[in-house]
Amino acid sequence: MDLQFSAEERAFQRDVREFLESELTPELKRAVSLTPTVFVEKDIADEWHARLNRRGWLAPLWPKQYGGAEWTPVQQFIYESEAARAGAPTTIPMGVRMVGPVIIRFGSEAQKACYLPRILSGEDTWCQGYSEPGSGSDLASLKTRAEPEGEDYLVNGTKLWTTHAHYANWIFCLVRTSSEGRPQAGISFLLIDMNSPGISVTPIRSLSGDHEVNQVFFDNVRVPQANRIGDEGQGWTCAKFLLEHERGGVFSHRLMAMVQELRRLMIDTPDGEATLLEDARLRERLAALEVRVLSLEITEMRVLSKLRAGDPPGAESSMLKVEWSELQQALTELAMDIAGPYAQFFEPGRPLYALAGHTLGDERLARIPPDYLNTRAASIFAGTNEIQRNIIARLTLGA
Amino acid sequence: MDFSLTEEQRLLQESVQRFVQDSYSFEQRRAIMANPEGFSREVWSQFAEMGWLALPFDEADGGLGGGPVDTLVMLEALGEGLVVEPLVATVLLAGRALAQAGDDTQKAEWLAALMEGRLLAALAVYERRGRHAPDWVETRAARVGDSWRLDGSKSAVLHGACADLLLVSARTAGSPEEPKGISLFAIPADTPGVSRTPWQTIDGLQACELTLEAVKLPGEALVGEQDDGLWQVETVLDEAAAALCAEAVGAMSALTRITADYLRQRKQFGQPLAAFQVLQHRMADMSMETERARSLAILAALYARSEDTATRERAVSAAKFQAGRSGRFVGQQAVQLHGGIGISDELSVGHYFKRLTALDARLGSADWHLTRFAARPVAVAG
Ligand SMILES: Cc1cc2nc3c(=O)[nH]c(=O)nc-3n(C[C@H](O)[C@H](O)[C@H](O)COP(=O)(O)OP(=O)(O)OC[C@H]3O[C@@H](n4cnc5c(N)ncnc54)[C@H](O)[C@@H]3O)c2cc1C
Repeated sequence: MDLQFSAEERAFQRDVREFLESELTPELKRAVSLTPTVFVEKDIADEWHARLNRRGWLAPLWPKQYGGAEWTPVQQFIYESEAARAGAPTTIPMGVRMVGPVIIRFGSEAQKACYLPRILSGEDTWCQGYSEPGSGSDLASLKTRAEPEGEDYLVNGTKLWTTHAHYANWIFCLVRTSSEGRPQAGISFLLIDMNSPGISVTPIRSLSGDHEVNQVFFDNVRVPQANRIGDEGQGWTCAKFLLEHERGGVFSHRLMAMVQELRRLMIDTPDGEATLLEDARLRERLAALEVRVLSLEITEMRVLSKLRAGDPPGAESSMLKVEWSELQQALTELAMDIAGPYAQFFEPGRPLYALAGHTLGDERLARIPPDYLNTRAASIFAGTNEIQRNIIARLTLGA
Repeated sequence: MDFSLTEEQRLLQESVQRFVQDSYSFEQRRAIMANPEGFSREVWSQFAEMGWLALPFDEADGGLGGGPVDTLVMLEALGEGLVVEPLVATVLLAGRALAQAGDDTQKAEWLAALMEGRLLAALAVYERRGRHAPDWVETRAARVGDSWRLDGSKSAVLHGACADLLLVSARTAGSPEEPKGISLFAIPADTPGVSRTPWQTIDGLQACELTLEAVKLPGEALVGEQDDGLWQVETVLDEAAAALCAEAVGAMSALTRITADYLRQRKQFGQPLAAFQVLQHRMADMSMETERARSLAILAALYARSEDTATRERAVSAAKFQAGRSGRFVGQQAVQLHGGIGISDELSVGHYFKRLTALDARLGSADWHLTRFAARPVAVAG
């Protein structure tokens, strides 16, 4: 048992460092450090995706034949670690990490040829249409209907919390094509052009005033049946595959970067004399969180090597979700306590990185409150932490 | 032992509750916040008419002679409404400071107008480097002949930008952290050399950074004793902090009730969310946190004007610490139990959460009060 990388892996690490050195501009870094939402804004994402794509690294897990990098889990781990340390944007997952793998696994050759290159080129921006007003944790109860009409489906219903629907030109949806049998069995996976007549998008502002999610309405939207991935009724299988594909994500390095940011903040706030770093309570709170991040890093490595050996992860993937989301929340909460009286400060202008002057002189202070507020969502999206704990409990109890 | 309200307090409670119900619904509040000043002058006049601006002042000063328990009753009920008017800043901070430390001329000049709703005031005591500590004062006041000259800056001044009158602590002697040598000054906001950078708070209030540059004031601008202003400031801050605890309790109970209603009504997996035991236990914890904070808010109100400084500080710090911690838990869990809708700006849930978050950052955070509480232990017998 050891944590050493092989010679090739170390060479890869050098490549990644060189890439980041030359491609990660100060403007991109600053935008990342001033982003209080889950994802960076579209302009920042597009620029970063393009740089990654030029290097052939935008789709690290896709097979080479589709333009992917076919990284090993260890390479993926190395990239994430270096990118986090350098402060690079995370890629927006809806295209590359979500719909892409589903198309590769379940799509026809024609569908692969049509959609995959456009994800890589940035021509298409995707959003994920799963949740609905009545169906969140209980996703299988979804009601958006797709009824056959000639060669098409007519789609009616609504999707809620759709991240980046206001930027996307495509949405992948779970829709109901049958109400027979188990609810899961009547669900299909459908790709819908956001420019189709009958689609409208309403913005939803978050409690911090950010616009990242939306409600999408479908009113008799005509969608070719050829846009269905897999067979009718295979949607739930696609969705489960996607979930599994997302497993083994690497979050610890982003969290460690946050730990370092907070340490920096404790040196700079309020007077650049490291007075807060001398405050035992704050310092030890940060240390305790850092210990948990370290533990998470090793757990992530353990899960990755399990995946490499071809074993499915068990309760670990739910554990990882709970752990990274709650660490992220604890770190943003600590940032609020470091901000002190300025934890109540609200900067209404967006995006933060585009603002010229800063009321409090230190632009980092403008990000802390909205970041804290928005990060409450981390224990809600991607399967709420209650649902994750239900899964962990079931697997632990063997019930 | 008696925790019941007097007849007068019950009437006060009813009238504030009625006001919140009739005039401060979530939608009405939204409209109020859209005013350029961020609050409503009309509502402010209503507050004056109902006597709320005069509540905590002595009858001799023209007030209603209320004490901290009356304030507790008022603020708890207002906490439900998430009010954005400058009540805490004008009445409980600046007003109480004037009432307590001001001489008859100063009270006559400002306090009457304040109670009638004609004067907005703010208390500027914190500085950036001192964070939550009122004794960290670098702002200087120097005697120049018959007048004063003030230089320095103050941070996070609640409702400082709309205030007509600023009560500012400045150092007339000593070094930044020394308790002795702090004095209080009344500065009309239009005095040359006063500049304010306004900002909004996450819970819909207004605040500002205040800079004083060669601000020239007459000798009468000094409020209270020269060099001996800190205890006055601390007394005022403690009484106002006790009131914030009551406000937090009001917000927490509203949030707990709203969340319980939601769990009964929202269904997933064919049953109401309220049927899931893990959520039931979470509700139980929210309810217990609220009661924990409520008990200490009562304690703080009972001792907020205690002659014995240590007793007062212990009670207020215990309560403000607990209000901060409980408020954080209740706010976070209310959002969590609502799921996605909890993070939307469209529901009151997120706004209560933000108010509770901001209350913790005001007048000493939970951490700051815990440190102060720990520094005033009850002696161990033997
Ligand atoms: C910022 C953000 C971005 C999002 N982006 C997208 C997106 O791009 N596309 C998309 O499709 N969706 C998206 N979502 C939606 C997200 O997936 C749902 O919010 C999530 O699945 C929870 O569903 P819900 O909001 O309906 O809450 P509910 O399911 O109603 O849950 C409410 C509460 O009840 C609890 N609960 C529910 N069932 C149980 C149970 N059986 N046992 C114990 N507790 C339970 C939950 O844990 C939660 O605390 C996003 C959400 C957020 C907040």
